[in-house]
Amino acid sequence: MSADTATAHDVGHPPTNFGISNTKLGMWTFIGSECLFFGAMIATYLLYLNRTNDGPTALDVFDIPFTSASTFILLMSSLGMVLALDHLQRNNIRGFQTWMLTTALLGATFLAGQIYEFTFFVEESFKLETSPFSASFFMLTGFHGIHVTLGVVMLLVVWALSLGGKFGPEKAEAVEMIGLYWHFVDIVWIVIFTVIYLIPVG
Amino acid sequence: MTTTAAPSTRTRRGLFPRPTATTGWVSWLTTVDHKRIGIMYGVAALFFFVVGGLEALLIRAQLAGPNGEVLSADAYNQIFTMHGLTMVFFVVMPLGAAFMNYLLPLQLGARDVAFPRINALSLWVWLAAGLFLYSAVFFDGLPNGSWVNYSPLAGQVGPDPASLTLQQAAAAHQSRMLFYSLGLQIAGVASLASAVNFITTVLNMRAPGMTLMRMPVFTWMTFVVAFLLLFAMPVIGIALWQLMFQVRFGAPFYDPTNGGDPVLWQHMFWLFGHPEVYIMILPAFGIISEILPVFSRKPLFGYTAIVFSGIAIGFMGWGVWAHHMFTAGLGPVADAAFGIATMFIAVPTGIKIFNWLGTMWGGQIRFTTPMLFSIGLVSMFTIGGLSGVTHSLVPHDTQQHDTYYVVAHFHYVLFGGALFGLFAGIYFWFPKMFGHKLKEGWGKLHFALMILGFNLTFAPMHLLGLNGMPRRYYTYADGMGWNFWNLVVGVGALIIAASFIVFVLNVIMSRKEPHAGADPWDARSVEWLTSSPPPVHNFDEIPTISDRDELWYRKYAQSPDTEPVKVPAGGAGEENPGGPYGDKVSGKTAKELGIHMPDPSWFPLLLSIGLPIAAYGVFYEGVTMIALLAIGGVITFGAMLGWALEPSAEEHH
Repeated sequence: MSADTATAHDVGHPPTNFGISNTKLGMWTFIGSECLFFGAMIATYLLYLNRTNDGPTALDVFDIPFTSASTFILLMSSLGMVLALDHLQRNNIRGFQTWMLTTALLGATFLAGQIYEFTFFVEESFKLETSPFSASFFMLTGFHGIHVTLGVVMLLVVWALSLGGKFGPEKAEAVEMIGLYWHFVDIVWIVIFTVIYLIPVG
Repeated sequence: MTTTAAPSTRTRRGLFPRPTATTGWVSWLTTVDHKRIGIMYGVAALFFFVVGGLEALLIRAQLAGPNGEVLSADAYNQIFTMHGLTMVFFVVMPLGAAFMNYLLPLQLGARDVAFPRINALSLWVWLAAGLFLYSAVFFDGLPNGSWVNYSPLAGQVGPDPASLTLQQAAAAHQSRMLFYSLGLQIAGVASLASAVNFITTVLNMRAPGMTLMRMPVFTWMTFVVAFLLLFAMPVIGIALWQLMFQVRFGAPFYDPTNGGDPVLWQHMFWLFGHPEVYIMILPAFGIISEILPVFSRKPLFGYTAIVFSGIAIGFMGWGVWAHHMFTAGLGPVADAAFGIATMFIAVPTGIKIFNWLGTMWGGQIRFTTPMLFSIGLVSMFTIGGLSGVTHSLVPHDTQQHDTYYVVAHFHYVLFGGALFGLFAGIYFWFPKMFGHKLKEGWGKLHFALMILGFNLTFAPMHLLGLNGMPRRYYTYADGMGWNFWNLVVGVGALIIAASFIVFVLNVIMSRKEPHAGADPWDARSVEWLTSSPPPVHNFDEIPTISDRDELWYRKYAQSPDTEPVKVPAGGAGEENPGGPYGDKVSGKTAKELGIHMPDPSWFPLLLSIGLPIAAYGVFYEGVTMIALLAIGGVITFGAMLGWALEPSAEEHH
């Protein structure tokens, strides 16, 4: 989609009315929509917080220190994203590649933690079909995980493309769009982490 | 985007050569031209209109007399559900989208939308969703839970258990609910992509001088609708995912026997569903706000008030959803709050009605077909609006809930409002899109039959509802006092069908009409500054805008005391295809003029094929499921990758 940026200039439009490129404005608009996407799931989760059907409650299954560690890893990946973009804008391709890969690996580590957590929960009989509470937990964290996965894939694709040469600061806006998405996914995790792991139940 | 491209300049991109055709079916499948996309939206939506209309005729045939035997209970449930889904998601929304696509760049003075390929993606994904939903007839039947698909009905009740074992019924029910949830989910992707596209286009792509408060009202309403779509689609998306997880994977989101809350579905559905009704009506409001001034020969009365009341509707539309749920037992505080909010939202709508009346007041009115349909909207929508606002009174609403009175109300606003406005738009912009007008006589016959049939169909439903006839029942007993009016309703439905046949005949017979020229209606806004139909690049030179009714002020000099006087045409000349006052249209292609237009692409179409394939996977277990999900996923993500690597426009040498 990043290539659409070029459209505004290629097809001879005057500079955009809003002063930022179509791609960036479109991305911010999309992120606005994503807020409602996660908002609806968070609302469902809050409604069903205590509807556990006598199954495991939040206190029974959650391992807050473990998830705090993986949260820290995900948040650190945002720093990697910033540094990657900064290196690309200053045409330091080697630094860009290093930080892109680091960011992707940090995201993948977070995902590995989530997979471990899900597996552990299922072994503890805390499954999708257990209760409204479990269903809304898996859906909220699962859809966040899918967002992280898409982000990791995008990061790795761009990283792989940059290995082939012909990659310079002219691609900075495309990387910035991935960065916007990545930061959004991190920020929404702060909300999700707070709602799920830090709000007391019962 | 050129007819002269030699094969040697075709660029190979991964699997496909970049398409270069400008005529033939490949050029339509790969087009990124907003005008072609708009036309395809319109044609496909009218096709679905025929399907939804035939469903309506079946419903009315079944109910024309007591103890009807045209349809079984199970068939009736499928038919009325699909009638609702078709008319909402595959007729009214896409007809609005057809005009948005066609007109938005033209009215802004732009060459295309902000993301031309995403625009094509919206079309194909929407079409894929419609075909996917209707492919349910080849499986275990169409969705049968009504378009609102309330739980626990959606979670438990199977089709007519008389002929099926309980297990078969459960399997069939699961399949139907999956078609509902996944079909609408895919359609939602299309709407979301359109929303991002249109918002960016309006904010970023306006011609020089086209300030926000100079934009045509249709463009303004599109802008508001895009925000409604942007925020409503993710909410219904989540609700549909939850439904899918419930019926396929046992997650008890709405299952009251397992701790779930069926009212949550109602909240999620109507938090989307109420903005959705404004998504359907605001484009029609925009259309007639363009048409009424033209045929009243007056500027729109209260432009600012109409724009701001549209924005107000957009905001307030988020705070009234629970008036669909007054009988759900939300409690007196919630009922009162939503009742009052519902009364308030009638205010901006009323402002619009009075501004339209003010536009016509004292004008030199020409009763052309588009004008008649517009007046039809103002009058019929007012009736529907009045029956609607009375429903803000909770006791009154409770009395009418789930009766034909409600069916009468929402058809007066959706058919009498949205569809009359959309047909007005078809007659008004047909010459711009195809170069010639539709025949006026046949158009007026279409209007006369449609408004007659419409009122015969839906006015008696008020009486049926007040006499207690419930919605959605597949039959009724003799002696309830409903026989006569149901027969009248059936006759009215046939007249509506006849009116549509008149419309189709009109389109066919108008093929040989003389060329209408750039400005056949003595119109006011920017899209009439270019030729009919416009060139691919819309304008040879982007027009500079200095007035709200740009074309009018180019044509007429006006002082407060005198009639408008025609001013001599500018430099373009009488022979100019863009009209004597319009922008010069040389007939040269974009390439000859040195304008870079985005090139056609296969990837939007390819991507849209991947989504339903993956969706079919959810219906199966084990290897089949994984295989379908994998194939759909590979197509979808492969198309995304190809898309990302393909530049929007190739370098031309």
